[in-house]
Amino acid sequence: MAAVHGDAHDHGHDDHHPSGIMRWITTTNHKDIGTMYLWFSFTMFMVGGILAMGIRAELYQPGIQILEPELFNQFTTLHGLIMVFGAIMPAFVGFANWQVPMMIGAPDMAFARMNNWSFWLLPVAASLLVVSFFVPGGAAAGGWTFYPPLSVQGGLGVDMMIFAVHILGASSIMGSINIITTILNMRAPGMTLMKMPLFVWTWLITAYLLVLVMPVLAGVVTMLLTDRHFGTSFFNAAGGGDPVLFQHIFWFFGHPEVYIMILPAFGIVSEIIPTFSRKPLFGYSSMVYATASIAILSCFVWAHHMFTAGMPTVGQLFFMYATMLIAVPTGVKVFNWTATMWRGSMTFETPMLFSIGFIFLFVIGGLSGVICAIVPIDIQVQDTYYVIAHFHYVLVSGALFALFAGVYYWIPKWTGRMYNETLGKWHFWLSMFFFNLTFFVQHFLGLAGMPRRVPDYALQFADFNKISSLGAFGFGLTQLLFLYIVINCIRSGEKSTQMPWEGATTLEWTHLPAKAPYHSFETPPVVK
Amino acid sequence: MSQESGHYYVPAPSLFPIIGSTALLFMGFGAALTMNKMELGYGLLAIGFAILIYMMFGWFGTVAQESESGKYNDQVDVSFRWGMGWFILTEVMFFCAFFGALFYMRVLSIPWLEEESLVLGQDWWPAYDGAWPTTGPGEFEAFTPMGAWGLPAINTMLLLSSGVTCTLAHHAIKENRREALKKWLLATIALGAIFIACQAYEYVHAYNDLNLKMTSGAYGSTFFMLTGFHGFHVTVGAIMLTVIYFRCAAGHFTSEKHFGFEGVAWYWHFVDVVWLGLFVFVYLM
Amino acid sequence: MSSKSVATLAGVSALALYSSMSTAAGEQSKYNLPEPQSVIAHEIYDMHIWLMWICVVIFVGVFGVMFYSILKHRKSLGYKAANFHHSTSVEIVWTVIPCIILIVMAYPATKTVISMKDTSSPDMTIKATGYQWMWGYDYLTGEGEGISFFSRLSTPRAQIENKEPKGENYLLEVDNRVVVPVGKKVRVIITANDVIHAWWVPALGIKQDAIPGFIRDTWFTVDTPGVYRGQCAELCGKDHGFMPIVVEALEEDDYAEWVAAQLGASEAAAEQAEADAEKEFTMEELNTKGEQVYAAHCAACHQPNGQGIPGAFSALDGSELVNGPVAEHIDIVINGKANTAMTPFRHLSDVDLAAVVTYERNAWSNDTGDVVQPSDINEYRN
Ligand code: HEA
Ligand code: HEA
Ligand code: HEC
Ligand code: CUA
Ligand SMILES: [Cu+2]
Repeated sequence: MAAVHGDAHDHGHDDHHPSGIMRWITTTNHKDIGTMYLWFSFTMFMVGGILAMGIRAELYQPGIQILEPELFNQFTTLHGLIMVFGAIMPAFVGFANWQVPMMIGAPDMAFARMNNWSFWLLPVAASLLVVSFFVPGGAAAGGWTFYPPLSVQGGLGVDMMIFAVHILGASSIMGSINIITTILNMRAPGMTLMKMPLFVWTWLITAYLLVLVMPVLAGVVTMLLTDRHFGTSFFNAAGGGDPVLFQHIFWFFGHPEVYIMILPAFGIVSEIIPTFSRKPLFGYSSMVYATASIAILSCFVWAHHMFTAGMPTVGQLFFMYATMLIAVPTGVKVFNWTATMWRGSMTFETPMLFSIGFIFLFVIGGLSGVICAIVPIDIQVQDTYYVIAHFHYVLVSGALFALFAGVYYWIPKWTGRMYNETLGKWHFWLSMFFFNLTFFVQHFLGLAGMPRRVPDYALQFADFNKISSLGAFGFGLTQLLFLYIVINCIRSGEKSTQMPWEGATTLEWTHLPAKAPYHSFETPPVVK
Repeated sequence: MSQESGHYYVPAPSLFPIIGSTALLFMGFGAALTMNKMELGYGLLAIGFAILIYMMFGWFGTVAQESESGKYNDQVDVSFRWGMGWFILTEVMFFCAFFGALFYMRVLSIPWLEEESLVLGQDWWPAYDGAWPTTGPGEFEAFTPMGAWGLPAINTMLLLSSGVTCTLAHHAIKENRREALKKWLLATIALGAIFIACQAYEYVHAYNDLNLKMTSGAYGSTFFMLTGFHGFHVTVGAIMLTVIYFRCAAGHFTSEKHFGFEGVAWYWHFVDVVWLGLFVFVYLM
Repeated sequence: MSSKSVATLAGVSALALYSSMSTAAGEQSKYNLPEPQSVIAHEIYDMHIWLMWICVVIFVGVFGVMFYSILKHRKSLGYKAANFHHSTSVEIVWTVIPCIILIVMAYPATKTVISMKDTSSPDMTIKATGYQWMWGYDYLTGEGEGISFFSRLSTPRAQIENKEPKGENYLLEVDNRVVVPVGKKVRVIITANDVIHAWWVPALGIKQDAIPGFIRDTWFTVDTPGVYRGQCAELCGKDHGFMPIVVEALEEDDYAEWVAAQLGASEAAAEQAEADAEKEFTMEELNTKGEQVYAAHCAACHQPNGQGIPGAFSALDGSELVNGPVAEHIDIVINGKANTAMTPFRHLSDVDLAAVVTYERNAWSNDTGDVVQPSDINEYRN
């Protein structure tokens, strides 16, 4: 153990480490931990995805077929929670673990042992969430936003969810402090802030958002807990509180949270586009400022989720304007990517395809976001499938597609092997097709008046729901192909060269061999 | 191994994190079951705490050893500074949530409720004047609010002076006056302990004499949650100071390198500042 | 992947979309907001179309450029990469233009927000209260003042469980509609009894959350007579999908007629209630009435067979409390149990409560033989 090993290896750096399962349990290596994050997140993606399949199967046709309403609500709630906290966020942290030290020329993360703990808290939280399905009363059923008083009514499952959120919060806070410290304190000599790869920048800003808002989420679930069990009145009008107070605090966390899930995606795409355009990123510094502006603005727009909760007119107008303003820095990013591609010398390997797919669909999601931000229109679309469509466009074809792009891009560096390009392209085109089949029609459903979080619907929504469900099954099956591609690559992929991509310029490509060694940059490289 | 070698110390594989996770596994399930009054929960919770305490002793012990054996070079020291700084920011944000709730109720929801009772009359809410401190418009037992100028004022003095003694201890360590260091540390811990005792007494007083409880509507909720979490942080701070005291007594730290001490001192000052916020917004206004 | 399979895929998806579009012929568009029936709804409808087009133009603009580049600037065509990476003037332009577009978008929106919020000087006021899972309506001021009723889903369970073919207005029909006159400014005061619900009628351009303990208001004026349907739009528990809202707008004369009928009926009902409050009922009468009340207000959770849903809603059949002292039983029904879905049922009349309690104490395997009279209930109200 640590203390015993300490003296023998003063830098704790030779390859003598426990093997088998103990290697993974005790590791302090950023690459091992990154790998665990990524597999954990994929597992949770499967769990969340299976819940989504349950939702879509129930909604395949009108009437109640497979999921009783109470169970349906539990599926929806846990689908949202697991995808957000179990799949997307840990996947990005996994990327940060693998890439940040390599891209800034650091030996490891700043707090390597705490890094291990950040990861191993996740399975604990996940088991609280998953086991809650099997306790009396079932899992939490109040939506991933768990508004009181509905979530004050629930049973044991709600408490398990609350403690899971506490643990997830602790994990994220440790993870983000680690990332901030690594980036600020462990850059190789010569790597000034404005020379950092954009992925590192986006994660630095994301980590700041995390330390700002995760504690607020912990606070609000704590208030929910005491309202439930200790008779406090935070969210109870009779005691002078207000259910809407919960919404304010929740969304003060919740809105920045959605940018936490997209900023690292911007970072990944900003690495990939220049590589495959063989041309430097256009407007590097405006990218950095745009990212920072998005993050800052995101802290002042939370009440756009509450336009129908009732607010004074000035409040509505303020939050509408602030929200709309986010389109400007986001637009700058989109234009910069386009300008990077402009007059490049492009090739279209899978990472590039997913990145272009990302931009294409993310902009659809972003534009529908702006439509949602217009108060009068939001009055119509709030809590309908229009919103479901909006955020799956930014989360699935946004965050998730960027993650796929990143995996294809960096997997040669992670494994030393290439993935199968043909299958990769199939994965992209099938995902693209089925994704749109699933979610595009949901815009129509929402406009025509289908509420979200319902297990059954009126007859005029039947056709689109059927299409959407078919698309969802197709999309789900397509992800099995991804799993196959990854396993196939690890097992028997072709050996990769150090520089499989012609246009790559960051340190992990220029300084490290095909498969990044277990300990990289023990002696920092010097960046000119 | 020279302390200033260029290498950044990366700790060897460790079992402590997984032990900590096991602790939280027991605590998470234990707490959820306990909340729902299921017997099993208490046992799980106790086991969880026991494991957590074991983990903390082991982990912090290892850190102290690594530190004393000179593994942490200056760069590691800087990491600790960044880490502790941002950690304190997260703590500030945690308190912000509760202060936010307090302000929201006082500035918005309670006046709204008062307005409503005027507009809608008795059958909605019983006549409600919305004056703070309040239990809210529902049916709650009456209580007496906690005055600011009794114990709370004394507590303010206690914490402020503990901030001073803590700074004196810091000066002592920088000038390598070890006896003075221990003396001032001890004084800081003692002031903290007295503060906690006063707080405990105040709670007993609130429940027994003032009929002021967690269940006393808006005032009770915010009063106990804010002072409670603050008291918890003071307790944690005092325990950390005690650990530092024993490390000092064992001859740890040098006049140049003593971030363990400084980190705890930062934390202590943070707790101090939060208290000033509490004193003004919870007790005074 | 070959370009041929790409083309096939694209073709199939386009076909799927178009084929679904061709079925859209009916009165209600399947692609857009429902036909607007109030001033606000009109403004929203037009604004949405207009902003949609702006978005389409932006989209086509951005991706026109991008796809041009994708097509032309390929390595496979031998295109050599340029090396520019910065241009302040271009960057300023594409920061400023979106700002201008946003201002153009925000201007009409601001005007609509302000008129949406203006609930002053209404012709009549209706209070809508959300319950798990039905709506309660009270006509507070204006023509019809004093009318008060519950409105709940009238689609039979059998249709939902696929045992019967589904009717035309499946899930969008209620037993009692909210009736309003056309052309009058109706202010709706919205609140809830238990959890948050939301009162939403798309054709009238209204959606407002119902927050327990607080009141919110909104307004509408219906243009043309007709029946306008909406649904609860905030997750409110198990039957959130099953609490529709149906507004029926009548010409003024018809409305007056409706009001007269309702008031007549409610006067009669009030007289009846007054008499009933004193009256001693037989067990049979109470049981019959109790069964109806139970079906309307309790069965959603406790189930028609009294078995509840294990873990979530307690069983009443064989329950110790239901078979125990009457006082506790009445207490939990009137006052509810804090922090559970069992909310107070104070809003039911003494007769209804007496009936349902009697029913529960004697239904299924419960056999206490107790008869609870309205006067007993009255004693427990405070
Ligand atoms: C990754 C996650 C993500 C991202 C990036 C976004 C981005 C945005 N979102 Fe979204 N949102 C969610 C995730 C996300 N959202 C989720 C999960 C919910 C639902 C939560 C729940 O209720 O469960 C939600 C809900 C939601 C609502 C509430 C809807 C409702 O419940 O009624 C609103 C309303 O304003 C909104 C707005 C926006 C806006 C304006 C953006 C902007 O950032 C988009 C900016 C981007 C563009 C505009 C495109 C590119 C720009 C250009 C090409 C420039 C030119 C454009 C113009 C001039 C317009 N979002
Ligand atoms: C964060 C990311 C994220 C991701 C990636 C997804 C992914 C998907 N979501 Fe997501 N969704 C949310 C976040 C996300 N969702 C949130 C926050 C909500 C709101 C919750 C709330 O209202 O509280 C929501 C709500 C939501 C709803 C609305 C539910 C309701 O209102 O009642 C629907 C309905 O169609 C839906 C569908 C899907 C589908 C089909 C996918 C697909 O992309 C999933 C595809 C993945 C798989 C299927 C897994 C991998 C494959 C296998 C394991 C093989 C086996 C597959 C088969 C047998 C087919 N989601
Ligand atoms: C929204 C759901 C819901 C509705 C509607 C509802 N109940 Fe309940 N009821 C509950 C729940 C949940 C409990 C369990 C409370 C607890 O945790 O003890 C309960 C408990 C009870 C109990 C106590 C049972 C026991 O054994 O402890 C009685 C009696 C009861 N309800 C009667 C009624 C009557 C009468 C009605 C209709 C007028 C009704 N309920 C409507 C949810 C509901
Ligand atoms: Cu009522 Cu949803
Ligand atoms: Cu948002």
